Amino acid sequence: MDSTRHILIIGNGIAGVTLARHIRKRDEQVRITLVSGESKYFFSRTALMYVFMGHMKFEHTQPYENFFWEKNRINLKEGWVESVDFDRKQLSLKSGESLSYNQLVIATGSKPNKFGWPGQELQGVQGLYSKQDLELMEANTTYVKRAVIVGGGLIGIEMAEMLAYKNIPVTFLVREKGFWRNVLPQEESELISEHVKEHHIDLRLETELSEILDDGNGRVRAIKTNQGEEIPCEFVGLTAGVKPNVDFLKNSKLEVNRGVMVNSRFETNIPDVYAIGDCAEFQEKPAADRKNIEQVWYTGRMHGETLALTLTGQITEYQPGVWFNSAKFLDVEYQTYGIVPADWNEDDFKNFYWQHPQKKVAFRMLMDTGGKLIGVNNFGFRLSHEFFDRAIKEGWSGQKVIAQLSKANFDPEFFAPFYIEIQKEFLKQIGGDFKPAKRTLIQKLLGASV
Amino acid sequence: MKVIQKIGLSLFLIGLVVFTAIPFLGSYQLSQEMVEVNTKELHLEKMQEILSPIYDEVYSSNFQFLGAFNQEFGAYNDALKAEGKWDEVIWDDYSFPLAKAALSSPVKANPWLWMSLSIGLAVLGGLAYNLPKYQGEPEGVKNNGIFHSKMKNRGWLGILTGTYLILFYVILYWFPAYLVNLVAMVDPLSRILSGNPASQWFLYGFVYTLAILVMGIRMFRKYRGNKYQQLRTASVMFFQTAFAFLIPEILVLLNQPYFDFKNIWPLDYDFFYSYQLDTFLSNGSVGMFMLIWGIMLIIIGVPLFTYFYGKRWYCSWVCGCGGLAETVGDPYRQLSDKSLKSWKIERYLIHGVLVLAVVMTVLTIANYFSDFWLLGDVTNQLHSFYGFAIGSAFAGVVGTGFYPFMGNRVWCRFGCPLAAYLGIVQRFKSRFRITTNGGQCISCGNCSTYCEMGIDVRWYAQRGQNIVRSSCVGCGVCASVCPRGVLKLENGPEEGRINEMPVIIGNDSVKINA
Repeated sequence: MDSTRHILIIGNGIAGVTLARHIRKRDEQVRITLVSGESKYFFSRTALMYVFMGHMKFEHTQPYENFFWEKNRINLKEGWVESVDFDRKQLSLKSGESLSYNQLVIATGSKPNKFGWPGQELQGVQGLYSKQDLELMEANTTYVKRAVIVGGGLIGIEMAEMLAYKNIPVTFLVREKGFWRNVLPQEESELISEHVKEHHIDLRLETELSEILDDGNGRVRAIKTNQGEEIPCEFVGLTAGVKPNVDFLKNSKLEVNRGVMVNSRFETNIPDVYAIGDCAEFQEKPAADRKNIEQVWYTGRMHGETLALTLTGQITEYQPGVWFNSAKFLDVEYQTYGIVPADWNEDDFKNFYWQHPQKKVAFRMLMDTGGKLIGVNNFGFRLSHEFFDRAIKEGWSGQKVIAQLSKANFDPEFFAPFYIEIQKEFLKQIGGDFKPAKRTLIQKLLGASV
Repeated sequence: MKVIQKIGLSLFLIGLVVFTAIPFLGSYQLSQEMVEVNTKELHLEKMQEILSPIYDEVYSSNFQFLGAFNQEFGAYNDALKAEGKWDEVIWDDYSFPLAKAALSSPVKANPWLWMSLSIGLAVLGGLAYNLPKYQGEPEGVKNNGIFHSKMKNRGWLGILTGTYLILFYVILYWFPAYLVNLVAMVDPLSRILSGNPASQWFLYGFVYTLAILVMGIRMFRKYRGNKYQQLRTASVMFFQTAFAFLIPEILVLLNQPYFDFKNIWPLDYDFFYSYQLDTFLSNGSVGMFMLIWGIMLIIIGVPLFTYFYGKRWYCSWVCGCGGLAETVGDPYRQLSDKSLKSWKIERYLIHGVLVLAVVMTVLTIANYFSDFWLLGDVTNQLHSFYGFAIGSAFAGVVGTGFYPFMGNRVWCRFGCPLAAYLGIVQRFKSRFRITTNGGQCISCGNCSTYCEMGIDVRWYAQRGQNIVRSSCVGCGVCASVCPRGVLKLENGPEEGRINEMPVIIGNDSVKINA
């Protein structure tokens, strides 16, 4: 290919950075530029909460040392993009500077949803997505007696934990009947809801925000719920999901719906313009179990890996593999492999669920009616990605998975062998032709009790 | 902070202040008899002559007494040195035993009382501060506020702590005569254990052990619900108390050589020194057992255990330096440098020290078995250089004093020759690795931040690659702090241990060999 080819990537999040790295691995010559107004150097967005809580400094969230970019000849350009001239293949920055490209990749990520609540622009009201949001939150939470968080998802619970670090009492409004109930099945959702309360967070289920009230100086004074209750607060976290960050592309030649419209090769309606990560919207779902907009760290990375092949001469369709995800809800870790919907029809799936009588430890497995593994959720203990990726791909039966569960265990050494309890429970609930694993000598000696 | 914790902190600080003030108490009066008792016969006549001007004089502080002592003693030696009469110079340091003998102080008169007021209060306070931690909170590792702390993020408290530790080590190693009050304070305890009066090393060992025990209890609180962390902490507490502190003292009580059965050459750098070999060879079957035991650990124990479990079996489960680092040093683990540059420096330094230790030891042994014709006394100078530069300055002053500046494993990472040896085995012939859980890494950086050895764990984890590094001491904290369940310390088959992942699990678009 042309040695002076210039690939310009807007956005240096996980999608854009993965793309840049993988292009460079396969092509020594091509010029690569990453443009970002948020931060010169790539950082891990998921780690912002840890900076707030003093677990890390901001520079610890940067996965590569600063010399890395120059060494790999990935040009870093700081600046916010104002507009793109697709005909002249040029974009202009807010600083007035303009940059030209041969191929353009839009990887601008998301921004917090705001649903037109009255008062949503008041001071002390904010979402949490970017580095700037973090800085704002640090400023906004200096003198706060009470905070309200709106939206029971992953960012909401992170924000609750962050505020708890500052000893700020939190009221957590969740529209659904349980925490993250639109993703988690009922039992799991209840488990986490309980854990949230254990942390003295005032969780209000089935409660929505109706209005944010002004203190007369443009700052938030209180909120009103849809049940008419007024809750005084000096901080409101809006965490009801995110949407593609594509406002600067609206009213251009580029086809934009909720996100930038792309096909399975991440191609937009304009030649040489691509979109990946949170800001891309697939014309058709990448797979039956996927959404048109994928807003997860892992998918952003995979989009980058995939487009890098296309941009280095090997045209490649995006084919996601077995779904997986993970999160941490305060102290409880969560992983999922395969498909476990929030609700399902009893006739379509065979369901197995085990929960520890006291601890926040749980395991769910869904099988099809023939007993074949569909997906698992695990809470409070760790399971191997490799094991489940293989089991789902190879179409193992649920029974085979449970029989071999000790091999899937990813907890540290000497931890309680929860898999034995799960095996016993499976035999009780579903039955099967295997024996539960025995506790090892070490487990017996050191009393790793379940 | 709970009330009991505040009381604990106050008690600890009072204990620390008393401990720090004790060396300045009392008065010193040297007599002829004291010099007779504490001086080698070879020097007796000369020493009487040198020191007679200060006999029976009362000095009101250690500074005054040691000032006068050094003046007389120094004048004598300096004169000889100036004339080049090196043979007549008295190289022995008599300041410590003579100061200890000359001392009369309330501490010496009431040692148990003063021990309770200093070390006792500090221990009690430490327990009262640590035990109630995280009570009533759900299980889980909390690193809240570490980088907002003035103690744990090189703030003024950290700088103060580091400075105190450095000063303590400098005085302990090179000016122990100033500490005779503290040593006199632990004399009765030493007599109970070994039958002998205490040296500064007994004082040090005692304080060191207590520090590991109190801060080990802090570890139990901090890592509650984490069996791996608790077990390895219990292990270092046990090995320090039993093997490093009690057993050697009891051996002396039983008229056997002082010996730490878990200390391994080349960390135990004087194992093959002539006086050590003489001790082993002149103490019958017990001495012979110690010699063989020590050699077996070097040639069989280290490679075998490291093959099966990685160097963690020693560094974070048994070792005394590791024990201090993992307990007292744990609050500072995040201060280690993770840069590629520091990794390069680390490799030069630690392997350099290993080479130095090996060369020194080979020369020493060759010299010993050639009845000293090979090098004569040259090995002594080599020993004093190594003892000063590596044994004291690097391992002690820098190794511990720098906790609040460069993290808790400065010595283990940059200097320990045994860690270098264990690391070579771990890197090239071991079943140990940290397994990465497929594609679950989110590059958050908790693992790298809390790696005390300065390994950029995330670099591997985010590529789906296992972590196989010679420096990893297997403390397991990366796995504990990972929010997504990505890391697992494992012993497993050597096959596939080092995995260069072409594709991270979960993306079927990218085909290998496509």
